[in-house]
Parts: sequence; C-alpha cells; structure tokens
Amino acid sequence: MSYIKVTASALAIAAVSATSAAARDNVQIAGSSTVLPYASIVAEAFGENFDFPTPVVESGGSGAGRKKLCEGVGENTIDIANSSSRIKQSDIDLCAQNGVTEIQEVRIGYDGIVFASDINGPSFAFTPADWHAALAAKVVKDGQLVDNPNKTWADVRADLPAQDILAFIPGTKHGTREVFDEKVIIAGCEENGTLAAHEAAGAEDAEDACMQLRTDGVSIDIDGDYTETLARVDANKNGIGVFGLSFYQNNTDKLQVATMNGVVPSVESIAKGEYPVSRPLYFYVKNAHLDVIPGMQEYIEFFVSDDMAGPDGPLAAYGLVSDPELAKTQEMVRNRTPMGPLN
Amino acid sequence: MTDATDPSAQPAAAPQRRSSLLQLDERTRRRNAAEARFRLMGLIAVTIGILAVIGLISSILFNGASSFRQTFITLDVYLDPAKLDKAGTRDPEAISKVTTFGYAPLLQKGLVDTMAAQGIALDGLTAKQAAELISKEAPAQLRRYVMADVSRIGQTVTFDVLAAGRIDGYFKGRVTMESAALDRNVSPEQLMLADRLKEAGMLRTKFNLDFFTAPDASDTRPEAAGLGVAILGSAYMMLVVLVLALPLGVAASIYLEEFAPKNRFTDLIEVNISNLAAVPSIVFGILGLAVFINFAGLPQSAPIVGGLVLTLMTLPTIIIATRASLKAVPPSIRDAALGVGASKMQSVFHHVLPLAMPGILTGTIIGLAQALGETAPLLLIGMVAFVREYPSGPPDGFFEPAAALPVQVYNWTQRGDPAFVERASGAIIVLLVFLVIMNAIAIILRRRFERRW
Repeated sequence: MSYIKVTASALAIAAVSATSAAARDNVQIAGSSTVLPYASIVAEAFGENFDFPTPVVESGGSGAGRKKLCEGVGENTIDIANSSSRIKQSDIDLCAQNGVTEIQEVRIGYDGIVFASDINGPSFAFTPADWHAALAAKVVKDGQLVDNPNKTWADVRADLPAQDILAFIPGTKHGTREVFDEKVIIAGCEENGTLAAHEAAGAEDAEDACMQLRTDGVSIDIDGDYTETLARVDANKNGIGVFGLSFYQNNTDKLQVATMNGVVPSVESIAKGEYPVSRPLYFYVKNAHLDVIPGMQEYIEFFVSDDMAGPDGPLAAYGLVSDPELAKTQEMVRNRTPMGPLN
Repeated sequence: MTDATDPSAQPAAAPQRRSSLLQLDERTRRRNAAEARFRLMGLIAVTIGILAVIGLISSILFNGASSFRQTFITLDVYLDPAKLDKAGTRDPEAISKVTTFGYAPLLQKGLVDTMAAQGIALDGLTAKQAAELISKEAPAQLRRYVMADVSRIGQTVTFDVLAAGRIDGYFKGRVTMESAALDRNVSPEQLMLADRLKEAGMLRTKFNLDFFTAPDASDTRPEAAGLGVAILGSAYMMLVVLVLALPLGVAASIYLEEFAPKNRFTDLIEVNISNLAAVPSIVFGILGLAVFINFAGLPQSAPIVGGLVLTLMTLPTIIIATRASLKAVPPSIRDAALGVGASKMQSVFHHVLPLAMPGILTGTIIGLAQALGETAPLLLIGMVAFVREYPSGPPDGFFEPAAALPVQVYNWTQRGDPAFVERASGAIIVLLVFLVIMNAIAIILRRRFERRW
C-alpha cells in the first residue's frame, strides 16, 4: 500500500515541478556529428567563462538537426542546429510551416576532407580523376564506356602504387558524402572525360551517371563515424579511408594522408583554397528563441569570436579551418540578421 | 530414447543370447557414442561461451583499467594581479571578465618557474611547447579557484593540474616515442621532458577520483572527461523507473492474477504483455519522443523522459516476473486464509504477496539492470548529448539535461582522440560493476528468501 503513496507523491512532485521546470535555462543544440566536437569545445569554454549553464549539444546528423530546429517555436524544441551542409529549401519550407520564420545562418569555418591510408603502406598522390576512375561504375576505356575494369591503383594511373583498390567512403546519410560526390567524384568525372562520354551516350542526367559507384566490393560505404573507418583501415591495410581533417590530425600516428592535386591537406592549404576537397560548416539559429533562452545570444557571439573561431583559437587547433570572413559573420550575429532566401 | 522403448528392437536382439553387460553390443556402443558426442558438443559450446566472455572482459579491462589512474603535474602558480585584476579593485565582477584564455599564460609561467626551481632544463623546447604538457582543463580549474575567493590574487599557490592526454597516455603505454614522432599533437622531446618531471617528482600518476565525479569534457581534453553527470543521470532514471514501474507492475499483476476474471479479454491482455516484452526498445524511444516530448511537452535530454520510456520498457518484465511468482504461491495458502475468514484482498496482501516478494524483487532488479544498460530509446529523446552541467537535486533535477552511462560509452567511442577509447572502456567497467552488483543482489534475495513447496 505504501507503493501507492509513493507513486501518488511522486506524481504530485512531478506535476508541481513540471511547471517550475518549464523555463529552460540552458541552450539546446542538435545536429551534425562533424560540427559536434567544435560545438562541444565552444560549449565547454562558454560554461567555464560565463555565468550561464553549459549548453547541451546533441549529435544525430545534419538533416535530423535541421528538422528538429524546424519543429516549431517553444521550450521543448531546440535553439540551434549544427549542420555540415547548407540548409535545404525543404527545411526552410518546413520551418515556415511550423512558425519558425527567422533563421540565422552562421558559417563557422571550413572542414577539410582527407584521404588517408595505413601509415606503413605506400604513399598516394591522387587527383579527383583517379578517384572517379577507381570507384565509378562506368569508365571510359579506348573511347568506350565500359564497366570499371580497374583492379589496382596502378591500373588507374601507372605511377600510383600497385595496391588493390579498396575505399571506405562515408555512407549516403553523411553530409561528408555529398561533398565527396561533388568535389571528388563529379569533378573527377569531368576531368577524365567520362562526363562528356555520358552526355554523348545520351544519359538523362550525366552527373547522376557519374555518381554511380561500382558495387563489386571495392567501395565500401561506412554508415558509422570516422572511428569505424579507422578500424576498417586498421584491419585492412590496403584500404584508403575518407576522414575529416580534425580526425586525421588526432590520429597522425596511425594514418598517412594522401595529397590531392599535389596539395597536402592542412588548415593552411585549405584556408588558402589550394586543397580542393573542403566544405563550409554552419549552424542555424532560431531567432525567436534569442531573448527567451538565457545565454543564447552570448553563446553565438562567443562561438564566432576571434578567441574561439579565429585562426589561433582552440577550434583551429582542433582542425577547423577558420573563415577569412569571420568579421562579417560576427557583425551579422550581433545584428541578428536572418538569412535571406537560398540562392 | 525411442530405441530403448521400441518393442520391435527386442526380437532382433533376442537371437543373440550371447549379449552380456560386460560386452557391449553394436547398438549399445552406438547409443553410448551418441551420448559422448552430445556431451562433447555441450562442453565445446560452454568452452566457446566462456572464452568469448573472458576475451571480452579482458579486452575491456586491458583498455579501460588505466582510466582509473591519471597523471597529474604539481606546480606553483603565481596569481599575478597585473594579469587578473588590472584595476586592482578586487571586484569579482571585473575579475570574471578575465576568461580562461587569460589564465593559460599564468600556468605556462608557473610551469617554467617551477621547473627552473627544480633545475629542469627546457632542452630546446619553447615555454609554449612545455606548457602543452598541461591539460587544457587546467586554466578552468585555476579560474574556478580564483573566482571562489578573489582575495587569493597575488598569492603563489601549489596546484595539482591534469597532464595532457598524450602525456598521460605515455605513462600508460598508449603513446610511445615512436608514435610521438609521427603524432602532430605531441613530440618525443615533450615526452622526455615529462620523464624528467617525473624524476623530479613534479609529475605523478595517481588514483583518478574525477573519473567518477567529473562531467564529460570536449574532444580536446579527454584527460578531464568523467562519468559524474552520466552516473547521476542514470541514477535519476533508475529512481523514476523504480517508483513508477514497481507499483504499476505489481498492481497490474496482482489484479490480473488474483482478481481478474479469466476470459478472452484478459487472455488478450496477457498475450499483449508477453508481446510487449519482446518489442525492440527503440520502439519505446519513438513512442517517448511522440508522447512525452512532442505531446506532453516534457523537456529534451531530461532523466524524467528517459525514466518514463524505460518504465514502459521494464513494465512487461516486472509484470511477467511478478505473475510467475504469484502463481508459484500454492493455492492452499489462499484457501487457508479465506477459510479463516480473511477477505480476498486480505488473503492477497497479508499472505500471498509477502511470499511472492522475493520473486517480485528479483524480477524488478533484473528489469532495472536491463533498463540501466539500455541505449537505443535514449537516442531519440535527446539523451545522447554533450552535457556538462550536473542536474540539480530532485525533483528539479529530473527535468534538467543529463547523460546516462551507456550513452556516455557510445559518445566516447565516437570521438577522434584515441584517449577516449580508454575512457569508454573505463565507463563500460563501471557499468558492468553496477550490473553485477544488481544481479548479485537479485540472486542473494532469491537464495535467502525464496521458499519452495
């Protein structure tokens, strides 16, 4: 019988505190797992230096984060969505439909995507065309579109090591995959003339045809995170994995990085725009929450401050390529300028 | 089995009158061989199982045991008023404007000065490189110390600060001179300096209580990451589960077992409870997101939502265990109680329930242990998050963000820095210890109080 009392009192307490706890005093963030380490570094420093509680940062993917942001306005929806790709029109429409009208788009910097293999194996110097020729389902051979016959990297280009082709690439749910497709596969497709061949063959969407990867087991989609890719490369010394620059920089004792078009990926080479495979990282702010959630404006300003996101800040030390236009972003954040329509 | 009872087998054996107990005939030999084979297979199965468990546990222990020890550097820091309190007013408001970035140079100077006092040379390293031996958590520690009492500014204080993750890894064998030569985050010279600090007694590896009490830390400071928030969050969730699932489950089972009429409707309920026990836990997470967060408006990442979801998951387990132990109480007890004039309710609550209690508690504890290790439903309700603030005391704490133990393991395995592998394995050890304790309690309760008829 005492259970009934306990339950009753617990429910009563719950009911009472539900009202008192309604005012959320911490910033809630969700989204990209690529942005997560940066966001948690900022959140940690923010909690240490300000009188506001440390923001809560969830991961779960860029798309999921943006969807959560657009669920509506209110305390049980998130305030900020981290995203490793730009917001889509469908997200904006969903937001508008749910009453989330003003969103700020904050670009925090750039992230490099690197190709790395086991440290004891041979070194690679790739071009996007090599990757397309190695992984695409159809390649041009003697002027004909044929099923990809390449077995080793030396088949792709004679001066690459004669190592079996085996690539661990991010799965399609990752934002990284979009960049990989766009900046490596499609760029390579154009470079080695396969795009033109597809067009000549009357393909409906030549770029789509370029992105068809071979399915004979040499290109393996990794749906997990970079730790899984690392474990795969570790177990399979022939494998070449696709990593984020910061992840590679934390594991330089196990991985060696390949150059792309002769450029070694680093914070500097990406900042200068020499290394081709990089992408901007964003977070999206729900303006309606700015004056409701304490510390939210301060967190955003702190994130893009020179102390954090500048070239000498902790984010750059962890592998974020800082944005040369950071001052403009800081100005925008101060003015709470909502983003315009996508161009 | 059928061979032994098969009557047709006897006439076949009958002509051979020579059969004796000492000399096995062909048929008996085959039967014996079958038995030997079966025993061997059983033995192999058990051996494989034990080997797998040993392999798993030893790999976790091998990776994770070192997380209970941590390397610290002892140094004297001069809390320079010129840096921390430029105005000289000792106004906490003004001092709080100095961020952790302002405290880092004090530590660097403190380390270099302490080394100079001990006669340790930098040996070609810059002061900045030497300061990289210190964890990035240290400036925050220093700032907290100063903010707690601003009159400390101007003093020289001795501090035990965490060593950076790679330095800690060096003394645990995770980082070697060879790997450091390739690693961009640490150099062999820094490791040699760490060796000299150790010789001078400035650097020690000691028991790491912070691992159990500290909150999570970001990717740049694995050495500071702890399980504090996760343990608290898990404890809150278990409290919610216990307070809700035990009374609900026991009440439901008593009603179904003792009072409810046996008809199609109760049969349907019974089948559905068994089905619920087999529903994948992620389904409860989806339900929790839809009902508790989106509909009821409860906050995200809060232990109350986690606890409610896990309650739903645990209820079928508790109901099934409770019904089984109620069924195990012999009807003669009920009949005797009713016979001396007890009401139905009195017979249940005074006689049947106390006798069934050990079984109910065992079922509850096993259900709780299951809930403690559950991750999937928490993914959907925002508990897989970077949470650094401790939730406050109950009841408000139930509504504030928290992590949970299994979620912390999942989070740490995703981080880039290899030092988090050690942390994750350490967290697994802690989780396993909790589970073993809970299951041991369940076994003890069963052994001591269970009665058989």
